[in-house]
Amino acid sequence: MHNILQYLPQLLGAAFKYTLPIAIISFVIGMIIALITALIRISNKRGFVLVIKAIFRFYVWIFRTTPLLVQLFIVYFGLPYLKIAGIAPDGIKLAPFTAGILTFSLNTGAYCSEIIRAAIIAIPKGQWEAAATIGMTRRQALQRIILPQALRTSVPPLANSFISLVKDTSLAASITIIELFEVSQQIAAANFQPLLMYSLVAIIYAVFCTVLTFIQGYLEKVTSRYTIA
Amino acid sequence: MLKLTNINKTFGQHQALKNINITFNEHETTVILGPSGSGKSTLLRSLNFLERPESGTYDFDGTVLDLSKHVSEKDIFRIRRETEMVFQNYNLFPHLTITKNITEGPVQVLKQPKASATENAHALLAKVGLAGHENKYPSQLSGGQAQRVAIARSLAMNPKYILLDEPTSALDPELELEVLKVLVTIAKEKRSMIIVTHNMAFAQKIADKIVFVENGEILFDGPKETFFHSDNQRINDFISAMTFTDI
Repeated sequence: MHNILQYLPQLLGAAFKYTLPIAIISFVIGMIIALITALIRISNKRGFVLVIKAIFRFYVWIFRTTPLLVQLFIVYFGLPYLKIAGIAPDGIKLAPFTAGILTFSLNTGAYCSEIIRAAIIAIPKGQWEAAATIGMTRRQALQRIILPQALRTSVPPLANSFISLVKDTSLAASITIIELFEVSQQIAAANFQPLLMYSLVAIIYAVFCTVLTFIQGYLEKVTSRYTIA
Repeated sequence: MLKLTNINKTFGQHQALKNINITFNEHETTVILGPSGSGKSTLLRSLNFLERPESGTYDFDGTVLDLSKHVSEKDIFRIRRETEMVFQNYNLFPHLTITKNITEGPVQVLKQPKASATENAHALLAKVGLAGHENKYPSQLSGGQAQRVAIARSLAMNPKYILLDEPTSALDPELELEVLKVLVTIAKEKRSMIIVTHNMAFAQKIADKIVFVENGEILFDGPKETFFHSDNQRINDFISAMTFTDI
């Protein structure tokens, strides 16, 4: 029996160097994009905002209707061929890590914007009216009354997105990032133990994601303390 | 003084308010009565711009707004600070404590210092019979308690008019009584209240003036004595239906 546990330090090294940083950084950036996108999409302003709204709707549409792997390929392998006179005459060449963060952030942002938008829309109209009647502006109502409640209901689906993202970072292997899954592939190719190696890597992903579900549970408890009678 | 002239409001094909003319005086309690769907809630909600009539004139203490034209946000916010709505289903902010529910408007909108706003909130809670509940959340309250918090929240803004949209319709009679007692106390202080209600006994007790609305039109606008001793057949039918005298 091959002692596969000897590869654990190497695998965890890759996880802590690439898998987790990519997931965490992309999720933070993705959340910022998601919040901005959601707020723009629920805006009731007219005029120029309608154009911006259309652009953001297009962004969400394109990232939700195309495979993540294809998005990664376009950004990493495709953009070098996008030559823009004056700005990028030699094409847009991104380092693998940068291309990964960019794609994962935009993808997460698109999905999470829908989560946040839905949560905002789900807040009863009476909350807006109560905020309005005490003289709050729409912005104050959003900040003080609507968003705090919407974010609470967003915690479970957002945590879900983050867990998906952690696993999806394995696709970064295809754009030459030496993350957890890529390392396991390299080892399996050398020791001819694909079943053991890929099972081990699956367990590592499962452990990470299980920890995240615990954090989710904790966050749900903290953010919903006011509903416990 | 709050005065509406030639107010019209339609929802799709349905004309909810038809050329309404009405004046609400300060320091008196007006009760708006009428069958369901008569337009009485729409009328009340138009008073602080939760509904926007398509045409008519809105006169608030000499600020005259033509509703068929664009009304500036500034005017709306100014009027909303002077007119507080109390809703049928309370609409308390569930994520804030009861004290914070009350101080939110004074602190965020009126820019009052937090300490004095909190002190005032506690005094108002005592006034509506809820001393000792300051740090609870709305989910921990009964309906009657929640509505009294909502009333305290509106009083904290020190408005010229308090608008109440069927404030006790969601409550059972015992809880309703708690709320009505508070409202009677406020009415005695000669605050200006405009109340939409289905409770005739309460209307008779609290009203200075009755407005009877049906099919988007005002059928009666006058002192309560005249209303409850009217010789108008429709009004008498309504009163006897609402007080179950024919059962």
